Amino acid sequence: MTSLFRQTTAGLRVLLVLTVLTGVLYPLSVWLVTRLPGLQHHAEGSVVSVDGRAVGSDLIGVDLVPADPAHDPWFHTRPSTITDTTTSGASNKGAGDADLLSAVAERRETVARREGVDPAEVPADAVTASASGLDPHISPAYADLQAPRVARETGVPVETVRGLIREHTTGWFSAVDVLRLNLAVRAAAGGAN
Amino acid sequence: MTDTTAGLLQLGVLLLALAVAYKPLGDHMARVFTSDRHLRVERGVYAAARVDPDSEQNWGTYARGVLGFSFVSILFLYLLQRIQPWLPMDFGRGAVEPSMAFNTAVSFVTNTNWQSYVPETVLGHSVQLVGLTVQNFVSAAVGLAVAIALIRGFTRSRTDRLGNFWVDLVRGVVRILLPLSFVFAIVLVALGVVMSLRSGVDYTTLDGAGHTSALAPAASQEAIKELGTNGGGIFNANSAHPFENPSAWTNLLEIFLLLVIPVSLTRTFGTLVGDRRQGTVLLAVMGTIWAGMLAVLWWAETHPNGPAALVAGASTEGKEVRFGIAGSALFANSTTGTSTGAVNSTHDSLSGLGGGTAMLNMLFGEMTPGGVGTGMYSILVMAIIAVFLAGLMVGRTPEYLGKKLGRREVTAAAIVLLAMPTVLLVGAGIAAVHPGTAAALNNSGAHGLSEILYAYASASNNNGSAFAGITVTSDWFQSSLGLCMLFGRLIPIIAVLCLAGSLAAQRKTPATAGTLPTTGPLFVGLLSGTVVLVAALTFVPALALGPIAEALA
Repeated sequence: MTSLFRQTTAGLRVLLVLTVLTGVLYPLSVWLVTRLPGLQHHAEGSVVSVDGRAVGSDLIGVDLVPADPAHDPWFHTRPSTITDTTTSGASNKGAGDADLLSAVAERRETVARREGVDPAEVPADAVTASASGLDPHISPAYADLQAPRVARETGVPVETVRGLIREHTTGWFSAVDVLRLNLAVRAAAGGAN
Repeated sequence: MTDTTAGLLQLGVLLLALAVAYKPLGDHMARVFTSDRHLRVERGVYAAARVDPDSEQNWGTYARGVLGFSFVSILFLYLLQRIQPWLPMDFGRGAVEPSMAFNTAVSFVTNTNWQSYVPETVLGHSVQLVGLTVQNFVSAAVGLAVAIALIRGFTRSRTDRLGNFWVDLVRGVVRILLPLSFVFAIVLVALGVVMSLRSGVDYTTLDGAGHTSALAPAASQEAIKELGTNGGGIFNANSAHPFENPSAWTNLLEIFLLLVIPVSLTRTFGTLVGDRRQGTVLLAVMGTIWAGMLAVLWWAETHPNGPAALVAGASTEGKEVRFGIAGSALFANSTTGTSTGAVNSTHDSLSGLGGGTAMLNMLFGEMTPGGVGTGMYSILVMAIIAVFLAGLMVGRTPEYLGKKLGRREVTAAAIVLLAMPTVLLVGAGIAAVHPGTAAALNNSGAHGLSEILYAYASASNNNGSAFAGITVTSDWFQSSLGLCMLFGRLIPIIAVLCLAGSLAAQRKTPATAGTLPTTGPLFVGLLSGTVVLVAALTFVPALALGPIAEALA
């Protein structure tokens, strides 16, 4: 028993020393290195600014709400189950769940109506919520589906919009960056929408 | 490039990277735990903590070191959460309530990193750094130390000395985990991961609405979270959060980090026991099962099953576009095959077969390739069981690595083997009939049972991933899952150290013609079969009611 007590007090001392090393010195050194130009932008959330005003983050998908739903100029992100961007999370529903089934069916109808297409054409990522609730990307199929509406509402030719989609498709798994795409379309339209 | 092609390419890059790291890292770790030199910083630690680094301990003292260290770690982390309002960078998040603080303290000290809290609203940066990041390091180093002590049991003879726990702990942190984490934390930031001391960043989106995104010192924790097979996210969505895992490249890097130490430890083992083939055999067993499970999980997720997935057209619920289904399956299989438990997709939304595969990875007892150190000692225990079973068939006292496996050794191995299923099934069994459980579930029917089973499998195996729909904030869940984590961690550790002690006391028995060879394909088959059969015999009834029923529905 005295041996257990001796080992425990030694443990406390070792813990305190290692806390200084791994809980203070280590993260602070990493933080200091990330103050270097080139790293700091990432370290502070990859904020995207337009005319000196922060409009979002390259990594965070925020679905834009049109002022007039009948004239919706935005590319939309995937559905999300979180109510605001200060947190993150998912539905945690299995494929056999009745609520998820009706949510998927309802989203399919909503997207099809918004884009004026047959519900069968709506791709899977448009009707399912991501794991983070903050997915900044959509599939090229979902972007292409939205292209005619965005072209119509912004006055940018649809071929130009499709070109911008291809320009903003990146990565191993073909992901379209929604914020950058919206910015590019807006720039092509002359900034006014 | 199709999803499948990209997935196969990623798999290829991953295996290549692991192959490149295998020898240097494995040999480095072997040197770390055999060197008789102390680094200056280590001498400083020993002096400040007043421990004698040159004395060696018997198994009992070594075990008391682990127990004492775990006890003060839990107490320290608990208190830190309770006094959060008085710490800097708490952002008004308040004191963590007692049952949640207990659960979280046990969770991070046992290398489980099960999270019953929402980090963005519950924990400030001080607790994250001074509490959780520290345990990310030391809990991994404890696992490593115990594995090394067991290996010394095989390599030493006629001694009661297993090494010095404090030296093994400190060296694991200072010479292995800390330098690698530092480098990869910076790499992660370069690839987009956040590392901020602010609570959040405000912006006004193009539609004129104001938003705030939570920020955190993520990169420093992300690196050790994967490298130490910990898995606790600094954000609620864990490695699915774009600030923790912004691209397919960081995804690949994080998968590499969570696999690299458990995989390379087989090299360390082979080097230390003086026969590299012994390590290669263990790697072959781990790799075979890991690859088989990956094939099943990947197939399951690319072949939608269940009404909602069929109506959607693909199993994309709870998955991020940038990782693809392939990158999600690769992560899910690796995080459950190691004891990491980080997630880049929502395991609760995996298909019946896919989710069942992730669960089975844990039910194997976390050895494909398992957690840092824990995977190594778990598979060594399973090797002892396999050799013992083979010995029973021919009626001969079994030997492994020149040590006889007598009553004492096999008893200790059996305790390790039985501890996890016992705490898991008792916990899950009580939870299934507990009056509050039905209301805590997010899914009904077979999938609801899977949520319960997954929770107790994750806790008892110190994994930490979840079918996260289940609400586990009641006192019952907080305490029962906390106890499963504690017993699932400490009972095997004590039994393994006892085993190490009795192996070290033996003299080496030279191999004879009657010794079962443990370096060939025959032993790979025997050991793989043992791992799979033991899990199957223990868990098939429970799995049949949960994921299997769901997959067949």
